[in-house]
Amino acid sequence: MQRILLFLYSLRVFLLFILLEVIAIWLIVSYNSQQGSVFFNSSNQLAGKILGTKNNVSEYFSLREVNTRLVETNAELLAELEMYRKPADSLFIELDSLNMASFEFKGAKVINNSIRLSQNHLTLNKGANQGIKPGMGVFNGQGVVGRVKGVSENFSTVISLLHTALLVSSKIESTEVFGSIKWDGNSPKHAKMLYVPRHVKVQVGDKIVTSGYNAVFPEGIAIGKILEVNQGTDTNYLDIVVELSTDFTRVTYVYLVENTIELELDSLYTNSELINERQ
Amino acid sequence: MNANKIFLLVGGFIIYLFVQILVLKNLVLFGAAFCFLYILYLFLLPIETKTIPTLLIAFGMGLAVDLFYDTLGIHTASLLTIAFIRKPWIKILTPTGGYDEDLQPSLLNMGFGWFATYSLPLLIIFNSLFFFIESIGTDLFIPVVQKIIASVIFIFVMSIIVQLLFYRRRRGL
Repeated sequence: MQRILLFLYSLRVFLLFILLEVIAIWLIVSYNSQQGSVFFNSSNQLAGKILGTKNNVSEYFSLREVNTRLVETNAELLAELEMYRKPADSLFIELDSLNMASFEFKGAKVINNSIRLSQNHLTLNKGANQGIKPGMGVFNGQGVVGRVKGVSENFSTVISLLHTALLVSSKIESTEVFGSIKWDGNSPKHAKMLYVPRHVKVQVGDKIVTSGYNAVFPEGIAIGKILEVNQGTDTNYLDIVVELSTDFTRVTYVYLVENTIELELDSLYTNSELINERQ
Repeated sequence: MNANKIFLLVGGFIIYLFVQILVLKNLVLFGAAFCFLYILYLFLLPIETKTIPTLLIAFGMGLAVDLFYDTLGIHTASLLTIAFIRKPWIKILTPTGGYDEDLQPSLLNMGFGWFATYSLPLLIIFNSLFFFIESIGTDLFIPVVQKIIASVIFIFVMSIIVQLLFYRRRRGL
């Protein structure tokens, strides 16, 4: 017995190394497999505070650009609003409640961002206290940004669209053909559109928007436009390269969207035993 | 181990950590060359530091960096490997006549040739581990190799510059 203990003692360095390494690997695996585990990431209170302070300093350098973009967005929204404004003697007919919006929107500031790894994340300065929940969609004026992974009290972590495991249900706007957007890990400007069958005619330059099928994003939020269409190696699907409309190098403010009927949809899917394709 | 030295070690830890997460995190040259300069802190621990304290330091530092990079566990796993092979590697590289007592294995103390043979293999191992674990499940072999090579060169050059600017011979920081 004593010899066993002595033997183990002589191996103590190696055993400690193995122990710590196993902890690290366990962290890697558990972090990548599930949503909502937030203790050890950048939405942790301490990390969030430090990042927030840093952002308070660095945001001054991008103020000019943020302002320009806000003005642009305002102008676009005003133009859109003009279409809905009722002339004095018009008749307004209330449509079916089926088309009623079931989405709620919130705004937040990005305090941490990465684009060069193959699994990128962002950190936002709002969390559970401000009504952010895991699973909410994140976008900005330019297009889709990502999806909330986990929240702490005052901060939240977002899986960026530039994450090789995130799929966003999307469609080609002009032809209504559905597919999934997935980042291939190379350039932060481009992504792939998957599952578009070969018989579909695809035009270079066509706009890609969210499909509204996945219950995370409302229909019609911009994702990008088609840059290249290749025949690819897959016998069933086209290989489509999409130029993303969001400039991930300059994401400063984002909107979060929550689908208020997502729960109902989810339970419907599970009850009817449909494969849940949401990502 | 007097108080002054402990202060330098702890201070160095905090400085490297904060510089890494606040400044160098945003510094990625050509989209491929990452600057994980905090690994230099581990390289420059005094030569006689035992492996167990080195492992614990590496674990703490790795976790802290991971927290801010949102790469939970990846920095930790790679850094632990470096911490584990550092001591044997230093032993292999012992120059004729052995090391001086209480020495920091830095560029200024050991010379460029020794420091390059000491740090380059460790940097290559660290970056290979980091980028391969990070891209598991993807088929990104060529971009990953690009990132590894670019990062090794970048970190090596940066570590030389930092040592020339902020370190003195035979003394820490």
